[in-house]
Amino acid sequence: MEIGYFPGCSLHSTAQEFDMSVKAVCDILDVHLKEIPDWNCCGASAAHETSEELGLALPYLDLIKAESARFKMVLSPCPSCFSNLSRTHEKLVDDKALRDRLKDVTDGKVYEGTISNKHVLGFFMDEVGIDTIREKVKKPLEGLKVACYYGCLTRLPGVSMDSIEHPLMMDQIIEALGAEVVDWSHKTECCGASLSITKTDIALRLGREILDAAQRSGAECISVVCPLCQSNLDVRQAGINSMYKTSFSIPVVYLTQLMGVAFGAPASQLGFDKHIVTPDILKKF
Amino acid sequence: MTESSQDDNIELLTYSEVENVEGFIGNFDVTIRKKARSVDMSKCTGCGECIQKCPTKVLSEFDMELGKRKAIYIPFAQAVPNVPVIDRDHCLKFTKNKCGVCQKVCPADAIDYEQKDELIELKVGAIILATGFSLFDWTVYEEYGGGRYKDVITGLHLERMLDTSGPTGGKLIRPSDGREAKQIVFVQCVGSRDEAKGMPYCSRICCMYTAKQTILVKDHIPDSQSYVFYIDIRAAGKNYEEFVKRAQRDSGTVYIRGRVSKIYDRGDKLIVQGSDTLSGERVEVEADLVVLATAVVPNPDAIQLAQMLNIPYDQYGFYTEAHPKLQPVESVTQGIFLTGSCQFPKDIPDSVATTGAAAVRACAVFAHDELTIEPKIAWVDQEKCSGCFNCMEVCPFDAIISEEVNGKLVARVRESICHGCGNCAATCRTKAVNVKGFSDEQIYAQIEAPFLEEEVEVA
Amino acid sequence: MPEILNREDIHTFKDLVLSLSGQDVSRCIQCGKCSSGCPIAYEMEHLPNQILRFIQLNMQHKALSSNTIWLCAVCETCTVRCPESIDIAGIMDALRKLCRERKVKPGDPKIAKFNEIFLDSIKKNGRVYELGLVMKYNMATAQPFKDATLGPAMFGKGKLRIPPDKVKDPSPVRASFNKAKTFIVSVLKD
Repeated sequence: MEIGYFPGCSLHSTAQEFDMSVKAVCDILDVHLKEIPDWNCCGASAAHETSEELGLALPYLDLIKAESARFKMVLSPCPSCFSNLSRTHEKLVDDKALRDRLKDVTDGKVYEGTISNKHVLGFFMDEVGIDTIREKVKKPLEGLKVACYYGCLTRLPGVSMDSIEHPLMMDQIIEALGAEVVDWSHKTECCGASLSITKTDIALRLGREILDAAQRSGAECISVVCPLCQSNLDVRQAGINSMYKTSFSIPVVYLTQLMGVAFGAPASQLGFDKHIVTPDILKKF
Repeated sequence: MTESSQDDNIELLTYSEVENVEGFIGNFDVTIRKKARSVDMSKCTGCGECIQKCPTKVLSEFDMELGKRKAIYIPFAQAVPNVPVIDRDHCLKFTKNKCGVCQKVCPADAIDYEQKDELIELKVGAIILATGFSLFDWTVYEEYGGGRYKDVITGLHLERMLDTSGPTGGKLIRPSDGREAKQIVFVQCVGSRDEAKGMPYCSRICCMYTAKQTILVKDHIPDSQSYVFYIDIRAAGKNYEEFVKRAQRDSGTVYIRGRVSKIYDRGDKLIVQGSDTLSGERVEVEADLVVLATAVVPNPDAIQLAQMLNIPYDQYGFYTEAHPKLQPVESVTQGIFLTGSCQFPKDIPDSVATTGAAAVRACAVFAHDELTIEPKIAWVDQEKCSGCFNCMEVCPFDAIISEEVNGKLVARVRESICHGCGNCAATCRTKAVNVKGFSDEQIYAQIEAPFLEEEVEVA
Repeated sequence: MPEILNREDIHTFKDLVLSLSGQDVSRCIQCGKCSSGCPIAYEMEHLPNQILRFIQLNMQHKALSSNTIWLCAVCETCTVRCPESIDIAGIMDALRKLCRERKVKPGDPKIAKFNEIFLDSIKKNGRVYELGLVMKYNMATAQPFKDATLGPAMFGKGKLRIPPDKVKDPSPVRASFNKAKTFIVSVLKD
């Protein structure tokens, strides 16, 4: 199948591992990803925190660009991008006045409402299917203990998952890869998001709680689906250790990187060299 | 309970269910299924040998699964009558045709495996419903662990633990590891006052029983500390406010004003994430045991029973009273009375009061041979009735019956059941059924009156 | 002298918040569940429920000048657990916008600045240039060496891209910035 791909700003820089591994995995699954031509930033939080219309206009432009490129489905790995595109789509579908206004504001075309937005978990579970994933596993991640970390994904506007407080979608995929999921208390606790830059101490405190809970549950690594979560827990891990005199050394990997390893994709395609806390534990697979 | 079982004017039918109710006030026909105990009540002396010797242990429902009972059992020590019952789903005799020890050891030869359910037909003049309540299934709150943490229990679990003749012998222990609990957190309003995931109403009894529980906990474990997370304290009763103060002043219970957002485990402790809106601080308490005051809800079969009796109920399943202020113990259907929490959550004094009121109201029914009722009820002009019985289909109270008049089957309204709702009148195609005082002719006359040309003398 | 609470219609701010966010704050019984679950509450000047209380009592300046509304990470924990289904995170968003419109000094100027620099980057490039964003932010907040130790490590791993990633046609994005009405900070105009 061919679907639209919205990498978002992070996947082109600080979260390249996510971009690389999504592409590697989709390649193996016979999913042809095509970037939305000339996509622009979705606005993240800054836009909707500053202007209601700007916060809708920026994702609106991307939806139009996707429609112009004749995509039916768009995959956005970053939860923030996904939420912006998805909730904008939902608002537009019901509200003609809004559609007209945004067309005006952006000097753009009218959005027909045909795009189906997906984030990686929804895409892999609903479109690809857990059985297909299981079939593609060449190197089962046997014995690997993984803590599945969803962050705030289950709660974002426009997202609908199996459960808000106790989601299992990522856990199911991890288990299909042959690994073992741990039951832990901080599955959906906030990582601090962009406060990592503006209020680093807060992000360090939150990151410490998450790493502590993961470690106590016996996890050998943490699996994530968000560039900010990955960054806050990986890049900031040294800072956390320094501030709290802890000695965490837990690799934080993207779900798609684990899928890549299990599918037998070469490590060079999965970006492991970009991690600050190197995922040595995965070397054995 | 023992008194009522020995009173000459009371026939106690235990281990029985009401299967069907027909009729109307003063003339109810009730079918009751006396379920088979497998024990002959006339022979059993209550010696308890059978229970002693029974090899099968089952989780006890009465003890909230904190302890076990036998397959032949008496639910709790003070149960009336003091005659055991065999749980046929777990008894080896019934499941595998093995054992049979109870019959062998019974000195009174009271065990009867062949005993069958018995159907009894009774004619009664009034029915009083005192079917009580159940507790909300709090496991929908995944943020509190969704039932996965063993040391997060309900107030009812705690009651069983505090009972010295209960499953833990009065010890307050953590279900996970059996250690004594020292730091105990009580969370109020779990499922109550929640329009999103629970019941919007206040369950009335929890603030008071939580205060009581903290006092008892302190009595049982002097070096314990209890914390109560609350939103408001509802202590509107005689000596209630003073009682809550006693928990705070004498038992050292600390009340923290804020709804709990999350409960999770850290090592062998539970972390309760809350806040204290009074001091403006976010707080966390490390607990050995967390007790949830869960919402009071109607029994799972409450609606089924209401439909059997043709009585109305509200959107939650609580039975509807005839008037919220003036007739709190009567259901809308005449002859059926309500008491206790089946009408709405109540504490003990209110349950006792409403029961007395309902009993007197029921007696009032029998004080006269005739019943005075509201005149605004439906009646059938049987000459116009075509015998289609559409009215019978739409009557919510089953007030309409058919009878033969001059060789024709026509409808008749049973006056003591009819509430004058008018469904039948609206449905009748031949205009044979009307509500007295509200016939079509009378309504048209009212509409036309202001437009009449001639002046009408008004006295 | 204490401020008289009812000099103007006490529902004024509540009605305004309703029209901006669609949320009716009179539904809030101040149970505190939002504050109890907020991961950032420890650092906030006021708890989330207190901000809603300010709205209920028409204490407009207290709400808009608090740093609470800026520290909110929009993790939506409060929103999904509120027993009255109030979108508290959405209200925080509305207050941020209102704070700018009324030119109230932001409770946390650094975070407000960060948003401005972020949007600036989008306006120029159509996408966020992360390295530029962090550098500009550090300079603007007089912390030139913040996270300096991380820089080399991240560069070494190829995580920081130079030069910026740009869109080919920035005009629709620019148009959005110029035309999007209400609550847009003057610093972003061309």
